[in-house]
Amino acid sequence: MLQSFMQNFLNALQWGSFYALIALGYSLVYGVLLLINFAHGDIFMVGAYIAFFLATFLLGQYAFAFPFALPPLMVFGITVVLTMALTACVGVAIERVAYRPLRRKGASRLYVVITALMCGLILENGNLLFLGANRRSFPELLPGTVYSIGGMNVSNVKIVVIIATLLVFVLLETIVRKTKLGMAMRAISYDRMAVPLMGIPLDTVIVFTFVLGSSLAALAGVLFAIAYPVLEPYMGALVGWKAFIAAVIGGIGEIRGAFLGGFLLGFVEIFVAAYFPSTLRDLIAFSILLIFLSIKPTGIFGIARATKI
Amino acid sequence: MLDIRDLHVKYGNIEALQGVSFHVNQGEMVALLGANGAGKSTTLMSIMRLPPPEGPVVTRGSITYNGVNLLSASPHDVVAVHGIGLVPEGRHIFGNLTVFENLKIATYARKDQEQIAKDYERVFTLFPRLADRKHQRGDTLSGGEQQMLAMGRAFMSGVNCILLDEPSMGLAPLLMQELFRVLSELNAAGTTILVVEQNARIALKHAHRAYVLEAGQIVMEGSAAELASNPEIRKAYLG
Repeated sequence: MLQSFMQNFLNALQWGSFYALIALGYSLVYGVLLLINFAHGDIFMVGAYIAFFLATFLLGQYAFAFPFALPPLMVFGITVVLTMALTACVGVAIERVAYRPLRRKGASRLYVVITALMCGLILENGNLLFLGANRRSFPELLPGTVYSIGGMNVSNVKIVVIIATLLVFVLLETIVRKTKLGMAMRAISYDRMAVPLMGIPLDTVIVFTFVLGSSLAALAGVLFAIAYPVLEPYMGALVGWKAFIAAVIGGIGEIRGAFLGGFLLGFVEIFVAAYFPSTLRDLIAFSILLIFLSIKPTGIFGIARATKI
Repeated sequence: MLDIRDLHVKYGNIEALQGVSFHVNQGEMVALLGANGAGKSTTLMSIMRLPPPEGPVVTRGSITYNGVNLLSASPHDVVAVHGIGLVPEGRHIFGNLTVFENLKIATYARKDQEQIAKDYERVFTLFPRLADRKHQRGDTLSGGEQQMLAMGRAFMSGVNCILLDEPSMGLAPLLMQELFRVLSELNAAGTTILVVEQNARIALKHAHRAYVLEAGQIVMEGSAAELASNPEIRKAYLG
């Protein structure tokens, strides 16, 4: 009994990690731009695909390959770092071509949100056009090892996912608390007009936010692909929606909220699936969250803002 | 010298300024007076180059600072490169940041660490209340303290010209006196100051010169003493 509980607990931590990493991107962008970046789930998908091509290339599965084999850990490391960097470029590119022109024209936020939805659809269907509808199986980057601890099965992938997510949390909190750019991110969320008056270029802060959000979605993409090695163009849609819900549950705009919301959603899903028929998983899980939101609409860490005159 | 010539600006279709010209010499303290809606804040927003919706669109005229055209500058460059800062109406301090973070964030573009350290000291000497509340969140401050913080923040951005929009608004008379005393002190130490005020009495007491805006146009100008004794001004603004 305890064993199966602990096993589920661990699975929930891993599952929640993916949600948390993606939820962060929603939350960061919302904090800075008050924009719900609906393309973000598909950025996660793009990350997984970029990782796929990088990994297969590094493993020498193309005609053009390195003349020597790289050690597996190095392939993993390079894939993660490059995927994060390249996906960040995709996120920034979308901001540049789709969101920024609207911002310059002072368009209402509704139009920007619709644009974000369209960007997501373009990413999905662009992928479908160029890469086809067939699923791809992700190469084994981390040779699977399963440790048995007190009757629980703990795979090395799970450990990597959970530790990576906790590291991201600490790192992000430090960036946002201690650096001037992080301070600027917090400042924008409170009073956007006053930020340029501090000599801070708004666009720099916005680009930085998209870099952070997209690279974290990419990290989630790589790790997800390693844990569940099947890729398809719509993989980001549902996960993206759920991560967005997680961000709202946690209190959107709050880093802690994105993490807690992500883990909460992971736990609810895993434990519902453990004790109920798994087809009912989403129904029950989201009913619970719906009730939660109706009691606390601002989410766990969300606070209603008051301004002083 | 800050030089504004024949400035025409629009908010949407509304012509907010219709040919405003004035200047502020280096080291001067100048007041811009006028009733609500006369275009005082609009003038400051134009100088800061803030984009719509907050700022207006300049349709004609020029804004130069020390001979450099500001019209093509972005707002953060007006602060970081050209050295003009704004204490906006309603303070706009960052309530989710601490007092110290509010000051620190203003040094974003500065590299002169030694001078920054001195400037912190200066701010805390000018406003000891801020030193006491250094680690408190901005939104826990009283209105007067927020105004001090907004001024301290503009000072920390390292600018040599500060524009203030209605600094006395909503403050008790004593606090108002104190703020203007600090302004005069900053001015005496070399900071050029342009202050927009509805409270003409206190502004004219501290400024060297003043302009009066009415319906988007300058209708009167002169030394502060001159304007303070002008019967029309006395009637309209000094009651």
